[in-house]
Amino acid sequence: MKIGVVTFPGTLDDRDAARAVRLAGGEAVSLWHADTNLHDVDAVVLPGGFSYGDYLRCGAIAAQAPVMQTIIEKASQGLPVLGICNGFQVLVESHLLPGGLIRNENQHFICRDQTLKVENNTTAWTNQFKLGEHITIPLKNGEGGYIADAETLKRLEGENLITFRYVDVNPNGSMNNIAGLRNAKGNVVGLMPHPEHAVEAGFGPDMPEAMRSGVDGLKFFTSVIHSLVNA
Amino acid sequence: MPKIIVEVMPKADLLDPQGKAVRNSINRKGHEEVTSVRIGKRIELHYANTPTEKDLETAKQIAADFLSNGVIEDVVAVTVEA
Amino acid sequence: MSIHIDTTKEAKATPEKHQPWKELGLKEDEFNEIKNILGRRPTSAELAMYSVMWSEHCSYKSSKIYLRQFGEKVTDEMKKNLMVGMGENAGVVDIGEGWAVTFKVESHNHPSYIEPFQGAATGVGGIVRDILTMGARPIAVMDQLRFGAPENPDTRRVVDGVVAGISFYGNCLGLPNIGGETVFDKVYQGNPLVNALSVGALRHEDLKLAKASNPGDLVILFGARTGADGIGGVSVLASETFDSTGPSRRPAVQVGDPFAEKVLIECCLELYKAQVVAGIQDLGGAGLSCATSELASNGNAGMKVQLQDVLLRDDSLTPEEILMSESQERMMAIVPKKDKAAFEAIVNKWEVEYSILGEVIKEPRLYIYWGDEEIVNVPPRTVAHDGPVYERPVAEPKWIKALNKDTTKNLAKSENPDELATQLMQIITSPNQASKNFITDQYDHYVGGNTALAMPDDAGMIRVDETSSLGIAIATDANGRYGQLDPYAGAQLALSEAFRNVATSGATPAAVTNCLNFGSPENPEVMWQFKQATAGLADACLELGIPVTGGNVSFYNQTGDVAIHPTPVVGVLGVIDDVARRIPSGWQDAGHNIYLLGTTEEELDGSVWSEVIHDHLGGLPPKVKLQEEKKLAEALNAASLQGLLASAHDLSEGGLAQAVVESCLRFNVGARIYLDEIVDKNNISKTAALFSETQARILVSVGREDDVKFVGLCEQRNIPITRIGVTDSTPTLEIQNLATWQLTDLKLALDATLPELFA
Repeated sequence: MKIGVVTFPGTLDDRDAARAVRLAGGEAVSLWHADTNLHDVDAVVLPGGFSYGDYLRCGAIAAQAPVMQTIIEKASQGLPVLGICNGFQVLVESHLLPGGLIRNENQHFICRDQTLKVENNTTAWTNQFKLGEHITIPLKNGEGGYIADAETLKRLEGENLITFRYVDVNPNGSMNNIAGLRNAKGNVVGLMPHPEHAVEAGFGPDMPEAMRSGVDGLKFFTSVIHSLVNA
Repeated sequence: MPKIIVEVMPKADLLDPQGKAVRNSINRKGHEEVTSVRIGKRIELHYANTPTEKDLETAKQIAADFLSNGVIEDVVAVTVEA
Repeated sequence: MSIHIDTTKEAKATPEKHQPWKELGLKEDEFNEIKNILGRRPTSAELAMYSVMWSEHCSYKSSKIYLRQFGEKVTDEMKKNLMVGMGENAGVVDIGEGWAVTFKVESHNHPSYIEPFQGAATGVGGIVRDILTMGARPIAVMDQLRFGAPENPDTRRVVDGVVAGISFYGNCLGLPNIGGETVFDKVYQGNPLVNALSVGALRHEDLKLAKASNPGDLVILFGARTGADGIGGVSVLASETFDSTGPSRRPAVQVGDPFAEKVLIECCLELYKAQVVAGIQDLGGAGLSCATSELASNGNAGMKVQLQDVLLRDDSLTPEEILMSESQERMMAIVPKKDKAAFEAIVNKWEVEYSILGEVIKEPRLYIYWGDEEIVNVPPRTVAHDGPVYERPVAEPKWIKALNKDTTKNLAKSENPDELATQLMQIITSPNQASKNFITDQYDHYVGGNTALAMPDDAGMIRVDETSSLGIAIATDANGRYGQLDPYAGAQLALSEAFRNVATSGATPAAVTNCLNFGSPENPEVMWQFKQATAGLADACLELGIPVTGGNVSFYNQTGDVAIHPTPVVGVLGVIDDVARRIPSGWQDAGHNIYLLGTTEEELDGSVWSEVIHDHLGGLPPKVKLQEEKKLAEALNAASLQGLLASAHDLSEGGLAQAVVESCLRFNVGARIYLDEIVDKNNISKTAALFSETQARILVSVGREDDVKFVGLCEQRNIPITRIGVTDSTPTLEIQNLATWQLTDLKLALDATLPELFA
């Protein structure tokens, strides 16, 4: 399974995302922002970082990149796309997911090991999770506050389009504790926390079992491979 | 220099945590009369020649499509400045 | 607007023309020396170049004679793994398996007082570029921050800006922040210290040096455009102290753009991979003046440069300003003509702007033109390397004997358990000892996926090779209070602590970097402190067998007559064959024995206890114990290789009390500690048992099954070992005959201090 990982100028977590793909058993393919060709990948990851320095609005300029034209088109045809942090911001700016992401409520960047509740496990990227399970995923952002108007929020809740919610602590003031969303089709998922930082034992978040042993993030990547294999 | 000024503000009914933090700071300095602060952007588009009506229409389009995110922001003004 | 261009021709013709050498920070004898070198008066541009390059910050003129020791007090054994020593942008150490690591710590103190956010941000940017310049991918950063008194309102201004600046720049570069320190002391009120460290990894064959040696090679400036940033910053700011009403000069502050630097990093790494760069230098303090003269001087060659080809952000800049500009995110590459097309393809791919300024020439002369006019014609060596060397007057401070006599001997030391328990809480929750999460949670620790250890662990540790798990550990330490009492010992104690921290993580110490923060070198007492500290550090490095690979000096950290405490920050780099072998800094299992390695003496002078409980600074710092530190490190390494240690945490400021609390809170596992063991065995007071800062001590926890082996290993090596307690499944810390604390209460208290002050 070939999974594309996009690099925009300023992208930071592309190498981590590629490692996550490899650890899950896939083949990571590097996709350059200026190239409209997706090189036959079966799925795409929009990784975290500060594309274009967060100029204008986070993800706003990246959403206009040539590679995004193709991704937006293919996503409407069912291509699985995962947007992580800045990638989530790009998905929102591309209108592949609704709402907006603004400055954290307390005005500071925050890096913490975040507990999330799995709210939806019927997407390309979350099918290996148990509904309602709690997972630990590192979170690191300054503009992670999810906002949407009342109508959109009602629709998201009503149509079960929320994939993850913050538990115990809402680190950025996101409405309804929303940490991640999905589209109706279930092929596009976006979330603020970083699953690619919890895929390798020894380098993930501290867990009660052992220091830095958290690997809950791996399931995002095994999920997409599972969904592609069984497509 | 001929310009068109675009002003973008966060949508009135949405959260503006930055504005809130700034208001708190102003109040703490003793200026209780400021009841609210909202922070937006002023963007200058520069032109070689005086912008035409068409330029203004195009600028409004650019403002709506790219310089603002319609989900969370409003374009509150697009004006030609000599 | 036409500007008058002062050319070399005109300089020859008008020897008597008035020149603002004083305003530019030069002394009269230095100005005369320049005239000597050139055989005429300097042009305006040449004067600008010499003034920045001969400033204290760039030329190290007051410190050179002392820094030599780092290169002299070195054995062949110590130099064994040193690929690049001092004098380059950063030192480079061979860590095995074809990998090398480059690291360095630098200061950006004065700018951070004037504009905390940009000062700190550009400090990070600068040190990362130094690492990039060596051919390495930067892989981590750390920072060492010293602020004024916590309650002083101006401290908040500086803390807010500095932390936000480091967060903004470091996070955007995609570099994990893996450790550092934050200290509050009124001596830093008008002179905060912002030191930044970066480390990078490279394959041996990728090493790059800042030299232009091949005539005909192109000189290319690339990265951000040049603007008015920091003009005169170097010579004006760092070489003059502030007067007591605040910053006396306001030159343009440098403004950083981390996105530009991130793009520059990726672009440079691709250039290196394509092997199209023969030499490379980053532009930091003194900008173009430095890059051109250093590249030429290092290569024993010269250059011809057309200054009008520099891409400008601001068209109104004069040639002098262009030469002095400290605009960030710029690099200068030496590119063989045959590689020009390949170079251009890569910079264009990353949309990085560049301009070809000229080429390398054989003659060791630097020619700079403004259009057709020759405005600079100098021997590059005299600018970059043969600057003035001062032997400033040195005098032992008049106050030091009295200070050393004023020991903690007569300070009240309670034996009452309630009082001691209260003191313990006061100490661990004091701003210097409390949790720094409020600050460090603003930094990314994860990016890169190779962070094996980060704060609050004893050292930061990064995996370098993803196949073999070869890794490096870094720790930085300094103690200004110790330094004030005895600068020679203070420097040695900073090295000891960093060395011990690295050993405690499981790595083997291999190399040293330093950032020497001192007052004005024009003050003979400060010069004495500097002389003592550098000697102490050099002697200690020799004894521990690890070389100084590079570093930085920051003078003029004083307001009026009051200098900061001598604050030599020492960083130690260690190597570990497999990061999986790292030792956690706190216990994770119940029922393990807790041992204290080392002996404890009644050493409270200069301690946190003396500061927090008695507001006292006097006496002599704890004894330096280099041989013991060495033995301890070796023992820890041996024990770790045999997998005998469940955890290890070193003792330093705050003594045993601090170490025990931290070890419990690291993974939220309790402990029962018996103080009497230590009191009786060492014949010391309860206060000393809790708070003494005796050196060469480490707290370890060992599983029952490894007990005998571990104790045996220590006894074999004559390491004093005392069982002082046991880990516990209940989440409490009980110090017998003293008090019991709920871990949740301790955590709440420690986490509350900084937010209460600065949130």
